Amino acid sequence: MSQNKKEAYQKGFKLGVPIGIGYFSVSFAFGMMAVASGLSPGIALAISMTNVTSAGQFAGIQVIAASGTFLEMALTTLMINARYFLMSLALSQKVSKKLTGIQRALMSFCVTDEIFAVASMEEEPITGWYWLGLMTMPYIGWSGGTLFGALISGVLPKSLQDALGIALYGMFIAIIIPAAKHSRPIVMSILLAVGISCILYYVPVFKQISSGFAVIIVTLIVAGIMAYIAPIEEEEGYKEEGEACSL
Amino acid sequence: MFIVISIVVMALVTYLVRVIPLTCFRKKVKSRYIRSFLYYVPYAVLGGMTFPHIFYSTENMIYAIIGTGVALLLGYLERGLTTVAVLSVLVVYLCNILL
Repeated sequence: MSQNKKEAYQKGFKLGVPIGIGYFSVSFAFGMMAVASGLSPGIALAISMTNVTSAGQFAGIQVIAASGTFLEMALTTLMINARYFLMSLALSQKVSKKLTGIQRALMSFCVTDEIFAVASMEEEPITGWYWLGLMTMPYIGWSGGTLFGALISGVLPKSLQDALGIALYGMFIAIIIPAAKHSRPIVMSILLAVGISCILYYVPVFKQISSGFAVIIVTLIVAGIMAYIAPIEEEEGYKEEGEACSL
Repeated sequence: MFIVISIVVMALVTYLVRVIPLTCFRKKVKSRYIRSFLYYVPYAVLGGMTFPHIFYSTENMIYAIIGTGVALLLGYLERGLTTVAVLSVLVVYLCNILL
């Protein structure tokens, strides 16, 4: 490994540590829930290792437990996880131009809310080694937590298990607040997103919208409005590696 | 067998949603509107995912609000992700065992 690659990996790895800790607690709960719904610890682990998505997996084991059809499974997963489409699209503009199609295809496997959040704050183009470092701890935390939760539920005191629920949200706040301090349009986009999200959550008419779908609605409205009223300047956008091409 | 196929369906759909944009859009987007749109995506996603759900992330809503306050303050002071995540968990944990 050359020095550059090693540095990129280490940089990503460090950023992935808090995500891994947060994932461990969430997937721990997933493991316990999977076993409670009648799945074996091995199956629970297989789901986590092949999906790496929180809400989608929770919904998935509910479909399995209810002996739902494969079509139902496909649609449920699609609805909840469609937000990754927007994240991957945003990432497609940020990854290094040197990455091959296969490398991009491998990276896609670990596009999660949190990994996306961290990677999108990166100013340099995203390299394969950086991404590999970034996904290491989250993947271990997610798989390990699932197995641990499935095998030994109740190993943590309840007071700590409960407190771990706030971990990932605390991390999200640590990502958006510093960015908001330096940009008025970012403050506006966050406030707008929070406002719409609260409307979707609290107004009874919207109650049946799944949380995954709510994220898509919020994102389309907020980014759609903000891009219109506060379009970015050239230098605010992603660093260009080469000449711009049409979509 | 039903379970195995269900897992394959779930994993496949999740992967396709992630892999299609990353492999199909290899060029830089020229449109200023779309580039601006993508610039705001992370803030919209994270803002919408955090609120109001953070208030219900622990059993006692008051403790969750205290944890949120700590995270906001530390975020404003530009502390690292681990620090903010760990300290907000610690505050809720202390509330759980002390109050």
